[in-house]
Amino acid sequence: MSADLAIALPEIMLALYAMAALMGAVFTGKDQVAGLLTWLTGGVFVLLALWIGTGDGTHVAFAGSFVDDGFARFAKVTILLAAAAVLVMSQEYMARRGLLRFEYPILIALATVGMMVMVSAGDLITLYMGLELQSLALYVVAAIRRDSARSTEAGLKYFVLGALSSGLLLYGASLTYGYAGTTLFSGIIASTQDGVSLGLLFGLVFMLAGFAFKVSAAPFHMWTPDVYEGAPTPVTAFFATAPKVAAMGLFARVVFDAFGGVVGDWQQIVAFLSVASMFLGAVAAIGQKNIKRLMAYSSIAHMGFALMGLAAGTAFGVQAMLIYMAIYVTMNIGTFAFILSMEKDGVPVTDIAALNMYSRREPLKALAMLVLLFSLAGVPPMVGFFGKFYVLRAAYDGGLGWLAVAGVIASVIGAFYYLRIVYFMYFGEEREALDPAGSPVLWGFLMASAAMMVVGVINLFGIEPLAAAAAATLVN
Amino acid sequence: MGNLLSLTTFIPLVGAAILALFLRGDDAPAQRNAKWVALVTTTFTFVVSLFILAEFDPTNPGFQMVETREWLLGLSYKMGVDGISVLFVMLTTFLMPLVIASCWEVTTRVKEYMIAFLVLETLMLGVFMALDLVLFYLFFEAGLIPMFLIVGIWGGKDRIYAAFKFFLYTFLGSVLMLVAMVAMFAQAGTTDITVLMTHQFGSETFSLLGIQIVGGMQTLLWLAFFASFAVKMPMWPVHTWLPDAHVQAPTAGSVVLAAILLKMGGYGFLRFSLPMFPVGTEVMGPMVLWLSAIAIVYTSLVALVQTDMKKLIAYSSVAHMGFVTMGIFAVNRQGVDGAIFQMISHGFISGALFLLVGVIYDRMHTREIAAYGGLVNRMPAFALVFMLFTMANVGLPGTSGFVGEFLTLVGVFQVNTWVAFVAATGVILSAAYALWLYRRVVMGDLIKEALKSITDMTQREKAIFAPLIVATIALGIYPSLVTDIIGSSTQALVGQVQTAQADYAAARQLAAAEGEGE
Repeated sequence: MSADLAIALPEIMLALYAMAALMGAVFTGKDQVAGLLTWLTGGVFVLLALWIGTGDGTHVAFAGSFVDDGFARFAKVTILLAAAAVLVMSQEYMARRGLLRFEYPILIALATVGMMVMVSAGDLITLYMGLELQSLALYVVAAIRRDSARSTEAGLKYFVLGALSSGLLLYGASLTYGYAGTTLFSGIIASTQDGVSLGLLFGLVFMLAGFAFKVSAAPFHMWTPDVYEGAPTPVTAFFATAPKVAAMGLFARVVFDAFGGVVGDWQQIVAFLSVASMFLGAVAAIGQKNIKRLMAYSSIAHMGFALMGLAAGTAFGVQAMLIYMAIYVTMNIGTFAFILSMEKDGVPVTDIAALNMYSRREPLKALAMLVLLFSLAGVPPMVGFFGKFYVLRAAYDGGLGWLAVAGVIASVIGAFYYLRIVYFMYFGEEREALDPAGSPVLWGFLMASAAMMVVGVINLFGIEPLAAAAAATLVN
Repeated sequence: MGNLLSLTTFIPLVGAAILALFLRGDDAPAQRNAKWVALVTTTFTFVVSLFILAEFDPTNPGFQMVETREWLLGLSYKMGVDGISVLFVMLTTFLMPLVIASCWEVTTRVKEYMIAFLVLETLMLGVFMALDLVLFYLFFEAGLIPMFLIVGIWGGKDRIYAAFKFFLYTFLGSVLMLVAMVAMFAQAGTTDITVLMTHQFGSETFSLLGIQIVGGMQTLLWLAFFASFAVKMPMWPVHTWLPDAHVQAPTAGSVVLAAILLKMGGYGFLRFSLPMFPVGTEVMGPMVLWLSAIAIVYTSLVALVQTDMKKLIAYSSVAHMGFVTMGIFAVNRQGVDGAIFQMISHGFISGALFLLVGVIYDRMHTREIAAYGGLVNRMPAFALVFMLFTMANVGLPGTSGFVGEFLTLVGVFQVNTWVAFVAATGVILSAAYALWLYRRVVMGDLIKEALKSITDMTQREKAIFAPLIVATIALGIYPSLVTDIIGSSTQALVGQVQTAQADYAAARQLAAAEGEGE
């Protein structure tokens, strides 16, 4: 038992930290300590990431329902670092708008515990527990601006649709349990050795639909633009990063650990989700005027690309997906650091047209954003291109050449709306200006992210072998 | 000097970094400093690149001065030059100082302008030196970014439309090439261009979606590369982005576009399509020949009716690129030599023509042909230089334009007489539009009021044209300057392709005979 607990120690510690922080804040200064708590939580995330990053080997706890392997560690480190970055970025923005309640960092910490459990799940029950812990915390965070109709609407929408998807997932899980006779992934994969029964197939399809909701893949993406637009921008930044990695990790976990023996049965579904997301994300974003909505569609398209790696059904595909997600998260943190700094007279601005001739007033920030936008569009030599290159290679190797062709065509369509932002920043006519400068924290994240997109071309910061090792533990 | 090529490639980038990091302000002295830094950097790059030429051994048909380093995912950072690429490298480094000098009068956002050109130079040099598929793609695609900004920020009235069209058109073409590269990587297990050139990609006919694909995999890969290079070249009917981009781009942008960027398409055909997919080339070659012939005649006719000088020259560029593609896909010594010669010479001539338009545009701020007339009366030096390059554009013997056109026509004549016949009429048409342009702009009486006070070329402008004039005439009367350098490489290339095509023909005959025997 104590050995089991030792394996899940990081999750337990983070959960305990969240409880302690909650008690501490309630009995001391409440919202006055929120700023401190935000930084502290960010620090805890980073420390945990460093700790988890040093682990090695595969450990199984609680009779197989909790797995700590290379894949889980890779995903957890990405999640923790992304969450830490977003927390730190949001502190000033939230504080100035009176949104920085002490619950905010605590809820984020709880959501992060949920995500860590998700990517470590070895059992349908663990999976669901992790997922719901994450989701419930995020529903509240989405509605954290209680006096704003938009924010509460976003929270409610997210809750209703999230509950629906959880229902689908649960239904699928119960079917799977019924036909496989076990909730353990290792048991499910054993029961599929002579093919998948029809009932199990139904279970698989429902579960995939539930995951598609969580990663916001088309055609289950409808909640994304509204929630992204309605939620406070730091919360949007959070939605676009860590939970996406967790959901994608969970997706990979289930399709490989539980259904890895019957790749053919889910490959086409994932390929369809992938191609639908890429095209929907590319086409629907063209008409957007609100940069947060635009980023929502952009994230849908990016999820399509990540799913392309998964659809390949190979270890290399998982590696490509992991690399893609890591790059995606880095780009999005930088982009949201920029969006968070878009203000006029102290009020946040999300209209793209407000960026008119931004490059003349803030050449350096405009340049960093330019780099990030071209990286998002997948234009070399930015690192975003390598993410695309990996998944294309994976798709081709997995026999999905048509998916690769569809993907690159979607990326050309998608390039248009990224270029449109460049157009406003560089070619537009000079009109009213946004507020100059922003917080140094945001500036730092923007510059660091942009610099990584350029410098990473040398060796992707050595992420490649790590992702390869992580993928090897999942697919064998 | 083990890494001379990398050194040459990245000097401009260092210059750009210096400008970006250390130059502050946007006042007149800062602008002058930016221009000087850019000019010194590009000149220095040219000087360094001369060492490449000095070290280059024209008798060796293989790659020289090769540098290799490990990279991600089994890719490699591999650079090298052979007879085909070395002259494009020289063309680039030779033209860039002139391009920088030509934008001495620019006053809007000069620092960024100079940075864009320096970055672009690095990327262009990288394209011609890269010996790894993905590295090539990296440089090839990245060039779109600075060019997009150059057209979009410093361009003319419809610059936004032109910039978007330029970017998306070329991007669409090249992403298909990217998929083909992924496929090649998967099949051959390497992205090393030298290895891929000897790798035999499948050429068995198969059917895809019910369509019989003769030449199989090779044809598909060939088509994917064709999509990219044909747009870049540009070939009829995917040339429509070029006139827009040219007209809207600032003078220096037009020069780079016409003189260097277009050559990437032709270079790509020579580097990839011919040696790697000889069967695909055989299957699709006749189509390219006819497309080229149509391009030459059609775009020449379109050039005749243009009212905008830049557009006229842009269409004339498309026509001249038609000779290049025609020569390449004739797949014989004369054709390929002629195509490379034509590309180099067109680099000088079209660059000079766009600079000449820039000279009068700087003075009158219009490119309408109708706004000019009788310039010879006030601008004798301009008239002389314009005359020379008009003649070179027409292909007058004694200028470099003649050699390229003649060689490609000779090459094509051996393969397809009718294509050569049609293309030859394009030579006549090019004389028609070029000379007519010259007559309308330069000859006649100076009657337009606005032109009465126009001034002749300044010393700076003359200095820019001097090297171009020397190059055009030198290549015209002594073409061996070029053909000696490219000779052994093109011979090897043509030999390799012809052997592979003969093998394919033999294999098909054998298969057919076996089919009958059964």
